Order: sequence, then C-alpha cells, then structure tokens
Amino acid sequence: MFDHTSFLPTEELKSFRDRIQQVARDKIAPQAPLVDEEEFFNREVESLLWDLGLLTITFPEEYGGYGKGRMIAFCIAVEQIAKYCASSALLLIIQAVGNFPIIHFGSDPLKQKYLPQMSGGRKLVAYLVTEPTAGSDIAGIQTTAIKDGNNYILNGSKCFATSGGVAGIYSVLAKTSEGRGKSSSSFFLVERNSAGLSIGRTERKLGQRGSNTTEVFLENVKVPADNVLGHVGDGFVIAMKDFDMSRPAVAAQALGIAEGTFEAVIQFVKEKYAAGKPIAEHPIVQTILADSAILIEASRGLIYRAAILNDEGKNNTKFASMAKCFAGDAAMKITTDAIDAIQVLSGYGFLKDFQVERMFRDAKLTQIFEGTNQIQRLVIARQLLKESM
Amino acid sequence: MFQLDEEQRLILQSVREIVQREIRPQAATLDETGEFPWNVVRIFAKNDILNSLLPRKYGGVEVSYFTFCMILEEITKACASSALVVITQAEGTLPIVYGGDEHLKEKYLSRLAGDSQILTALGAPEPTDGSEILSLKTEAVLRGKKYIINGEKCLIKNGSIADFLVLYAYTDPPKGNHGMSAFVVEKGFPGLVYGRKEDKMGMRGCPRSEIFMEDLEVPRENLIGKEGEGFSNMMKTLSLSRLFTAAQGVGLAQGAMEEAITYARKRVQFGKPISHMAPIQSMIADMAAGIESARLLTYKTAFLLDREDWKKATTHAAMAKFVASDTAMKVTTDAVQIMGGYGYTKEYPVERMMRDAKLTQVHTGANQIIRLSVAKDLTGRS
Repeated sequence: MFDHTSFLPTEELKSFRDRIQQVARDKIAPQAPLVDEEEFFNREVESLLWDLGLLTITFPEEYGGYGKGRMIAFCIAVEQIAKYCASSALLLIIQAVGNFPIIHFGSDPLKQKYLPQMSGGRKLVAYLVTEPTAGSDIAGIQTTAIKDGNNYILNGSKCFATSGGVAGIYSVLAKTSEGRGKSSSSFFLVERNSAGLSIGRTERKLGQRGSNTTEVFLENVKVPADNVLGHVGDGFVIAMKDFDMSRPAVAAQALGIAEGTFEAVIQFVKEKYAAGKPIAEHPIVQTILADSAILIEASRGLIYRAAILNDEGKNNTKFASMAKCFAGDAAMKITTDAIDAIQVLSGYGFLKDFQVERMFRDAKLTQIFEGTNQIQRLVIARQLLKESM
Repeated sequence: MFQLDEEQRLILQSVREIVQREIRPQAATLDETGEFPWNVVRIFAKNDILNSLLPRKYGGVEVSYFTFCMILEEITKACASSALVVITQAEGTLPIVYGGDEHLKEKYLSRLAGDSQILTALGAPEPTDGSEILSLKTEAVLRGKKYIINGEKCLIKNGSIADFLVLYAYTDPPKGNHGMSAFVVEKGFPGLVYGRKEDKMGMRGCPRSEIFMEDLEVPRENLIGKEGEGFSNMMKTLSLSRLFTAAQGVGLAQGAMEEAITYARKRVQFGKPISHMAPIQSMIADMAAGIESARLLTYKTAFLLDREDWKKATTHAAMAKFVASDTAMKVTTDAVQIMGGYGYTKEYPVERMMRDAKLTQVHTGANQIIRLSVAKDLTGRS
C-alpha cells in the first residue's frame, strides 16, 4: 500500500524490501503479541534476523555488509519489520548503533578479530553510554577509564542499555580525562566475559517490551589499550556520528509503527459496519485516515533524504534529526488517533485484542530514545544557524 | 464558585488522607494484576465515598455534583481505576434516582445506604453500536408479570460483578427513541449470562465484560418509570457519565503534571535542573493552562447539573468530556516525555496514567462523535 519507488534507486533494493516485508509478515508478526504480553527477548526472531543478514547490514561490504545503498537498505529493513513488531526492529537498530564505533573507528586488527565474531559467531553488540547522571547530557557521564600500562581500567555504571543482557560485545563510552570538554571521553570495545562486568536489573517498560533493556556495571574491568576505538578523546565525536547513522533508522522504526497501525485501521474500518454502512464512510474516520497518511508520506521523505545523504558520504545531521523528530511525533499522533478511529462507532480500540494499543505504547519510545525530540530541535537549530553563516 | 465551604473542605481532606494512605500505594499492583479491587470498595464504602451521591432520603450523604467531581479528581490523581469504581457505582444508581417510582427507589436505593458494599452497573453499550446509541438491539417483551429480555451488552464496567444493574432495551422498536425503556436487573435473575472479561490497555483495575440476556426474566415492577422513558433516562445518564469522565481527565492530567514537575526539579542535566530549561518550561506551562481550562469547564458543568439546568448542562458535559480527556492524553504523554527513559518504565506511574488517559478519550462517547453532537446543539440541526 505504500510506494517507496521514488526512493529505491535499484531493482535490488525493491526486491529486498519485498523480501523483508514478507518475512516480517509471515514469521515475525505472529509472535509480536506474545512477546509484548510476556516481555521476553525473542531468540527465534534474533536467529531469523541473523539468517537474513540484517544484524550485519551496516558492516563494510568486505565483512558481509550490504553494498551500495546501505543506509537506505537498513532503513527499509527497520521500517518493514517495525510495521509488525517494533521490538524486533529495535534489535536491528541497536546492533548498528553498537557496532558503528567498531566498524568506523576500530583498528584493522580489532575489526579482523571482532567483526567475524558478530557475523560468524552471531554475537550481539550493545552500546553503553547512558548513565543515571547522563541522559540527554552525555557529557555528564562518570564512568572512568584509567590507563594502567597496556590496559585501561574501567569503572562505572550504565543504564537503559538496549540488549545489555544479551550482548557479547560492548561499545563503552568512558571518561579518559577530567572535565566536560569535547575530548574528555573515549570509546572502548569491551567483551562480555570481562572480569568485573555484570548485568543489573532488566527494565519493565511501557512498550517495545521484547527489547532487553538493562543496567550494566563495570568494576575494575581491564580493557587492552588496543581496544580504544578511534583515538583517546574521540568519544563525543564518534557518538555524534553514530547519531547521524541511527536517527534516520529510528525514524524508520517510527514510520513502520505508523504504517502498521494505519494498515490495521484501514482494514478494520472497511469491514466494520454501523448503521448499515462501513465506518470507513464516516467523514470523521476519513479525516483521521487522511491526516495519518499525510504524516506517513512526509516522514518517509525526510527519512530517505537523510539516508541518501549518508550513503553519499555527505553530512546529514540536520535531516537525520528532522526525520527522527518528525517521524516520532507523527507515529505518536497516528497511533493515538488510530485508537479513536477504531473506537468511533465500535468501542473496541482500547482493547488488547487489537494490536493498535501495543503500537501506541511502542510509538512513545521513538520520541524519547536516540535523543529526545526536544534535544533534536536544539540539534536542528544549531545546524540551521551554522548553515546560515 | 471558587471557594469551598466547610463541609467540602472536610470531605476533601478526608478523601486526600484515604487516597494517600490506602489508594496510592496499591495503584501499580492494581494495574499490574487487573484484579477487581475489593479492598478499594470496602475502604470507599466505609468512608461514604462509594455512594456519595446517594440521596439522603435513602441513607446517603448526597454530595453535590460539584463536590463529587472534586472527590473523583482527587482519587484519580493517584489511581484512575479506583475512581472508576466510584463512577460505575454512580452510573448504576442515578438512572434509578431520576427515573424510578418511589417503590422501586425504596427497594434498590436503600440497599446502598451507609457502608453497603453492594455494587451496581450500567448496561448500555452493545457490540454493534459503539457511539450510535440508538442502534441498540436488545429487546424487552412483556409477558404477563415479567419482561423477557433478549440481547447482548459489551464493555459493561463491573458487568460480571454488580449486584444489580440498569439495562436499556427497546419495548416498542417502531417508536424509535420513544420506544426504549430502562430496567433494573439483579444478579441471579434467570437468563442473565456473563461473557468474557476484556483485557484492557489501561484502567485495568475496573473490569469490563460482556453480558448476554437469554430470555432474561425481569419482574414488571423493575421497569424504571414508564415504557418509552428509557431514552431520556439514558441521555441524562450519559451527560452525567461525561461529567465524571471529564473529572477523571482533569485528575489524570493533574497527577501526571505533578509527577513531571517533581522529576524535572530533581533531574540535573547540563549543570542544572531540567525545570530550568525553556522547552520543559513551555511544556509545563501548557500542561497547567490546559488542566485549569479543563477543570473550569468541568466544574461549570457540575454547577449547571446541581441547578438541574439540563439543557445547558448536556452541551457543557459533552464539551467538558472531550476537552478534559484530550487534555489528559496530551498532558500524560508529555509527562512521560519530560521523564524520558525513566517515564517509560513501570517504576514511575506516568506510563500507566498515559494508558489510563486513552480510555477517557474513547469511552462515554468517542471524542470525534461528541464534537458532532455539540455542533448539533449549537447550530440547531436536529
């Protein structure tokens, strides 16, 4: 029902989209309600995503990643999966976020050692940045990395780590010098089985409940100096570049949630009768459908602009932020109104039997993570002012 | 209008203490389990809250609608499900108060006196209609000394638990809204069958279920008023339900805003509390103004109903309902936003308030449909 052709420059991408959509619909969708109900990390879906190459899609081509049009392919995959299960789509996103510092800033020996552990060994990766004192303000992190001979000793606690409890490899942001300056932190590759690394509690969430979100504690964790990603002091720069990659994907997740909701609603209103007519004929319902579709298509435009710029190696910070901000807010509005659309003349939208209520809960997170939509506006403003100089 | 009298002050203080001590601590568990809150019923019954609208003549404290809304708002701030228990009780009682003859009122209303834990319910919505109230299908046929009722109802709050409920059915279908009647149906009447309990996103502590009437036998005396008076009874009850939903909307929004402000004052990022930052301040200001506006509209509606100005009150109740519930939806969603990752977890109550708020937008009439009825009142289109 949604046409991507304007944004898919190759036949390969078009068939990629069709293939992912079919698998998502046939194999992932049926499990989504139970995953949400019982709040568990679905290993079956994880396996499937590995089989499809989606958990290494952002790898360099020589390591098995997607070739030309990688960002577009990544966004398509996230979108198609999110239509049926936002939690499953989140796994794709976080895998890319976590392995970004390794792929782009790891030394060759490091990449040769660890990337095959992911592609062959199927190790999941997590991104340990957020802390109780550092959410929107990542400069507020307190985890330290102190040099000790050929190693660094890491101490601190991370929270809200997606895949924290199921990952085998972590990209960890820690302070390597005092103060809040731009060069005061660095990324480290840390293995799960490091002495001193432990998993804390698992968060119970409003939505995206199939995603594993945990605390991770680091107590005198010894990390070889070779595991620094990029140079010491590159931490914030790497994190910002990671956002340029991840924000279009988060936007794609929001878009997928919105589209999944839309398809459920339009199906329902065509089939449900009241006063002798399908409720789809009610002008109120039609207004909701139209407003939702407008937001969906506008989101798509921003996402693909951001993705294409990234694939072309150009700076996409402004569009990445715009896409994430717009699509997240749009998904929240669409899912909120969708329950009304089902409710109008039927009374049933509120109930768990209809997956729309899960999508409403899942959508909220897209306004919050990878930078709240309030932070996105600051990022956008800063870019605009830079551009106008 | 803006000053409380001594009695209202005392009632409110007592409600606040009970909410703080008994209701707030169990709100999360009630939401988690979705089990019927029998202990809430007990506490409210003991403290003249459960049946606070019951007329004095039948052993109640008969608070005004204005005071009742304050009570609802106060309870809802901590636990919307618990307040919904009180609302449901009112909805199952008021149709009898307004429409029943003395004999019927004496029979049923006196059962609710004092610290009675007898529960009531309202049986109006059906699977086919949602917002189209007139399209209900349940029919009642008089046979000798009994009405035989057939049909099904859905989404009935307290459906499977109520000791007695008010049911609407057509006694003379060709007459349209002049052919609808209201009945009091007791649990245990032959032919009353309970269906499944719905699994809901929010307000999970107040169960809703299907009810089937399979040749349900109702004594003739249980007709509320006369045949054909059902529709106007239903319309009155609907306006009251909307007022109560509005009060819930205000309470949910107020509770969520308070949580968000408390958090924003403590949460330090970029060297200062986030309550010092303009985007957060903007959101809080919009929350407060929205809540105050919704509150005023709600209380004006209560004031009109207390004066029995039904014509004005009907339109006001509809407006209060959609304004307050839309406000609750926006405020609770923004409260989760202000509280960020923490607000998204079950450790804090705002995600529950967001789920609870959604129901206020859809029940007692979906907001989109209610707008249409307000417009009809204003433009004179019948």
